[in-house]
Amino acid sequence: MTDSAIATNPTPVAAAAAVPPKLAVRDLHFYYNGFHALKGIDMDIPSMQVTAIIGPSGCGKSTLLRIFNRIYAIYPKLEAKGSIELDGENILDPSYSMNRLRSKIGMVFQKPVPFPMTIFENVAYGIRHHEKLPKAEMENRVEQALRSSALWNEVKDKLKQNALGLSGGQQQRLCIARAIALKPEVLLLDEPTSALDPIATGRIEQLVEELKSQFTIVIVTHNMQQAARVSDLTAFMYLGELIEFAQTEKIFTKPDKKQTEDYITGRFG
Amino acid sequence: MNTLYLRRRITNALAMTLSMLATLVGLAFLAWILWETLRQGISALDLKLFTKITAYGEDGGLANAMVGSLVINFIGIAIATPIGVLAGTWLAEYANRTKLGESIRFLNDILLSAPSIVMGLFVYTIIVLPSTALTHGSTTFSGFAGGVALALIALPVIVRTTDEMLRLVPSTLREAALSLGVPQWKLTLQILIRAARSGIITGVLLALARISGETAPLLFTAFGNNYMAINPIEKMSSLPQIIYQYANDPGDAMHALAWAGAFVITMFVLLLSLGSRLILSRTKVSHD
Repeated sequence: MTDSAIATNPTPVAAAAAVPPKLAVRDLHFYYNGFHALKGIDMDIPSMQVTAIIGPSGCGKSTLLRIFNRIYAIYPKLEAKGSIELDGENILDPSYSMNRLRSKIGMVFQKPVPFPMTIFENVAYGIRHHEKLPKAEMENRVEQALRSSALWNEVKDKLKQNALGLSGGQQQRLCIARAIALKPEVLLLDEPTSALDPIATGRIEQLVEELKSQFTIVIVTHNMQQAARVSDLTAFMYLGELIEFAQTEKIFTKPDKKQTEDYITGRFG
Repeated sequence: MNTLYLRRRITNALAMTLSMLATLVGLAFLAWILWETLRQGISALDLKLFTKITAYGEDGGLANAMVGSLVINFIGIAIATPIGVLAGTWLAEYANRTKLGESIRFLNDILLSAPSIVMGLFVYTIIVLPSTALTHGSTTFSGFAGGVALALIALPVIVRTTDEMLRLVPSTLREAALSLGVPQWKLTLQILIRAARSGIITGVLLALARISGETAPLLFTAFGNNYMAINPIEKMSSLPQIIYQYANDPGDAMHALAWAGAFVITMFVLLLSLGSRLILSRTKVSHD
């Protein structure tokens, strides 16, 4: 089944075909309590690039993202069929350890959700679960993560304060710090700026630009301009199907499919 | 056009008046109760209330009843809190949206409204009577049995509030922690309970307020004791039980003491409620 899917669906992005993809999605179907939400997605997400997923509400873009780290599995009656290979290993295989998967694939959510603890502890919490580090090294790791998420200068004097006292934009960068502190290989961003003001949004977008040298980034966004600004590749989804997936420039200037063009030009959505 | 607006305005005024009246009636009774307790109780408030025991009758105080109430309530809360918090956590985090969880939540709600005298009789049957057999016939009412009866009343309150407070924690917080690879038990203990902490503490305080006024479950369990008892294996007096007893007495001095006891309990419950409000409101500010 999987083999024939590969054979009948030519690799969507020719540019990425030479190097093996970071994430290879093959004939992925997803069911919400019987409702067929994703209908046979095939997609190769290249390493060290920013891939944006766009599409109207309910098209399945967040659903797809939430399968990449199997976070959907915490809810009953959700089912994924098909395969997603991370560096050649199928992460949907039940024998693929959740711990390993989530240390390799980090995620940042739509709303900033700091843990009810200090700023330092928010970042240290995840690290502590996976590694046992001496105090000085832990402090170093936390500082690095906060620097990478461009938050260090704002919080270095109040690491012991409750993270809930930070502004929304700062909280979201803290969540990014928390995710990258585990040194994941892939970073999933689920509409990370939809709850933020334009200035905070600009900061996060700049951060995405900086982070792509270290991580493979997949960002779901309802904001087309944001996809155009930050991504190298863009996938357009509609009603649970992947309509088109190509270089961002191509998607936004001369898409192959009529539906993509209609969405980009604002004819629906 | 104008008649339409006029009719709406009249309906609005009418609904407003009726609902305000209803509120006033409710509040008036509350104020009346508080005022009467204050008026009657304050005249009997005296230092001997806190120093002398009930054995002296109208020349005595309520010291043994207050100590008894403290001990019995403490036992009740000490038993109910860990069980209630754990059960509420299980309902919210492990059994949420399952058939078993729903059934247990429903049963807990029934327990919540079970008549308190039933709890007293139940504990009488499972603790007092069997221990009577152990002591060869002499009845073994005890402060401990009273505490267990109160624990049974506090338990469903704590289960319910813990369950509800945990379910109020946004699921995004769970997802964020799980997406770091943190297992469910760590998430529950280190993050969710912490996030819902103030609500859970409030629930415990409310349960304490609820049980500190209970009389019926203590009649068959702690029984009462005119002397000072601190060891919970002895019979114990408590404020509600003394109020019940003194209010039935024909003497005016005894009535005054009963009012004083009622005043002390009312103040205790009032302060507990205010305290729990304070905890809740303070944390709400810090979440914004």
